[in-house]
Amino acid sequence: MTVATSYAPSAGLMDALQVTLLLMVAAGATAVVLVRARVRQVLVLSAYGLLLALLFLVFQAPDVTLSELTVGSVLLPAIILLTLAKVRKREE
Amino acid sequence: MTPAVRLRVFLIGVAGLAAFYLWGLSGLPGFGRYPGPYGLIISHVAVAQTNATGVVSAINFEYRGFDTVGEEFILFAAVAGVAIVLRALRGERERPPADEAADRDLPPTSDAVRMITLLFTGPVALIGWWLATHAQASPSGGFQGGVVLATAFVLLYLSGEFWVFRRLSPVAVTDAVEAIGAAGFVGVGLAAVVMGLPYLKNFLPLGTVPGAVSSSGTIALISFFVGLEVAAAFVLVISELLDQTLLIRRDGK
Repeated sequence: MTVATSYAPSAGLMDALQVTLLLMVAAGATAVVLVRARVRQVLVLSAYGLLLALLFLVFQAPDVTLSELTVGSVLLPAIILLTLAKVRKREE
Repeated sequence: MTPAVRLRVFLIGVAGLAAFYLWGLSGLPGFGRYPGPYGLIISHVAVAQTNATGVVSAINFEYRGFDTVGEEFILFAAVAGVAIVLRALRGERERPPADEAADRDLPPTSDAVRMITLLFTGPVALIGWWLATHAQASPSGGFQGGVVLATAFVLLYLSGEFWVFRRLSPVAVTDAVEAIGAAGFVGVGLAAVVMGLPYLKNFLPLGTVPGAVSSSGTIALISFFVGLEVAAAFVLVISELLDQTLLIRRDGK
């Protein structure tokens, strides 16, 4: 069942968006793994969270987008950064 | 194990995984095709049955509400675990963050960061509250609203106001809010049982206008409780970590 609305983008456009974002997410995940400097890795992870949120949006899951947007790009990086700060303090 | 042997074991594993993966993929239904009956049935009947136009929330807090109770307690147990692991251990004590090294001052938070974070704190808190209380009308819900609300507290900390963060989220209050949120969800379910209905049965009036704030009965109420639980849970995790980073020191250091 498809719902046609005046603001619905064409199927071809949606396909192109979905493929583009899938590729970007694959590239982003690889980037997170390849960056070895810890603090920099957290920043890349945060950007990757944003990409995932966009992916969920173009796959029509706005509820998951809202969760991923905050958890993936704000709260998880904040938690990891705080942990890194604590570990670094202990190493000193 | 020499690197050569390790590489061979790895390659065998990769080949096996790839073979099974491709075999599994070949049996999947076509992209975007949904073969099950439930999704179509629910999207046809959900609005009429629950008066919630946020059908995702109707599914989460009504059709599969019992699963959601379990999910919520996963978060609850995880946060309890974090709090236990990160308590001040023997040989550690909490100390105010000042006077650690009198000779070197922390660089003050830059005005740009302060302004942006303080500017966003209010709107973010409002959006979080709106999301948590409008699950019946929009693709939001308690979890989304809760995490956005918790982000407002993180912004407050980022603005350099750790003590404001602490004053606005005292651990005792945050603990209590988290418990009320978790207990509220279970309590709504038990209230139905007390009335002789099945657990989590929607017993409140559904309202007359689908998607209105007052519609959907227990769906909106449960979403609100989940919002409280999730917001408090994330604020607790962040504040436990802040304690670890800023307050707790080993003795003699």
